[in-house]
Amino acid sequence: MSKKIKVAIVDYGVGNLYSLIGVFKFFNIDVNVTEEAEILNQADGIILPGVGSFAAGMRGLKIRGLDEVVKAIASRNKPMLGICLGTQLMLTEGHEFGNFKGLGIMKGKVVRFPILADNEKIPQIGWNKIFPKEPGAWTGTILNSFKENDQVYFVHSYILEPKFEKNILALSVYGGHTFCSAIRQGNIYGCQFHPEKSGQAGMKIIKNFINLIQYGKA
Amino acid sequence: MKNIRLIPRLDIKGPNVVKPIQTEALRVVGNPKKLAYHYYEAGADELIYLDIVASLYQRNLDFDLLKSVAKNIFIPITVGGGIRSISDINNVLRSGADKVAINTFAVKNPNFLSQAVKEFGSQCVVLYVEAKKRAQGGYEVYTDGGREKTGLEVIAWIKKAIGLGVGEILLTSVDRDGTRGGYDIELLKKIASFSPVPLIAHGGAGSLHSFEEAVTLAKVDALGVSSAFHYNNFSISDVKNYLAKNNINVRII
Repeated sequence: MSKKIKVAIVDYGVGNLYSLIGVFKFFNIDVNVTEEAEILNQADGIILPGVGSFAAGMRGLKIRGLDEVVKAIASRNKPMLGICLGTQLMLTEGHEFGNFKGLGIMKGKVVRFPILADNEKIPQIGWNKIFPKEPGAWTGTILNSFKENDQVYFVHSYILEPKFEKNILALSVYGGHTFCSAIRQGNIYGCQFHPEKSGQAGMKIIKNFINLIQYGKA
Repeated sequence: MKNIRLIPRLDIKGPNVVKPIQTEALRVVGNPKKLAYHYYEAGADELIYLDIVASLYQRNLDFDLLKSVAKNIFIPITVGGGIRSISDINNVLRSGADKVAINTFAVKNPNFLSQAVKEFGSQCVVLYVEAKKRAQGGYEVYTDGGREKTGLEVIAWIKKAIGLGVGEILLTSVDRDGTRGGYDIELLKKIASFSPVPLIAHGGAGSLHSFEEAVTLAKVDALGVSSAFHYNNFSISDVKNYLAKNNINVRII
């Protein structure tokens, strides 16, 4: 039996949340866009979205007192999905327009793309493939249904550099540079790309995340 | 090499998708909701949705219609038409858009672009340019769906807008629009040669070869298409398969 679940999207003043809300509505899931700690604490699953700079993101969380709330929820291993900037904030530090402390849910830093081959433009805007570190590494994760030719939508200038190999869930290549495109620690996931704008392939990732909340496994 | 994006464009007038030829001679093409969903399922990488008369009549686009179109589509949607305030952008984003395309109001008030970028980020703000070749050489910026001259030179205007922080350029060749005679390679090449932000070509997509040319000769980042798809000259997969065969990376679904 599937139980009725509550998903909360952390609203900290950055980014357009409407397409994200639309995906959960599509799957008939109650979704609450909120900056209230109480609602976040009671939710069964948390989405940490976001678009914009690292510093602005952390400031948005801090002035609402949500940095500590999100960290505490992550420490309880409640299913959490970071998207784009939301994922970057999960690491320890960001190097966009200065050096800033992140949430530190996973160890690592956020750095700018290096100079790229083929004069590829920064930001990367568009569709790209993602790969597991080794075959089978996605079994039991929210990427388990991903097919070889599936692609997802990216918009970013900065990339994730988790300190530990074990936190790397997916890799991608842009302008000849291999970078980490998704991170994981237990039930805490983060994607550099936007699953909510990635067509059927992205919808499957969200569905798997919903399954993780509902049944305890993706 | 990164993937080249293929982006169907819907010109909206009232409740319909329409298609102008060189911005005149409107023909009704179909229902926005059905057509958008069809393109989404067929593998479009993004969609462009432009209310082509909102600006001319100084009114807002139909947010409810946009909502109903965007509801079941999970790829990025760029929306334009009559946007002239931060609250207009908010309304468009709340109706399901991911990016906004701004032409007419930006020409009159260039600083609106930097305000929009400051509020929503570069990735959200697309400069929409309607370009028409001048008899004496060069290209002029037009507004209001190719009806009004501005006196602005296209290259200079685009450079200025990039300086104000726009994240992408959508370039329509008014001369080519609806003709299916090929993109304006000469103009696109000039822009791509200096633009640090992605360039979406539009106006003139016709033969399969015309898509390839825009990528290999003009080096654009994305291909906007309307007539060639609306009138079933090709499907999205036809174009993508052709590009892939010619060693251009595309997302095949």
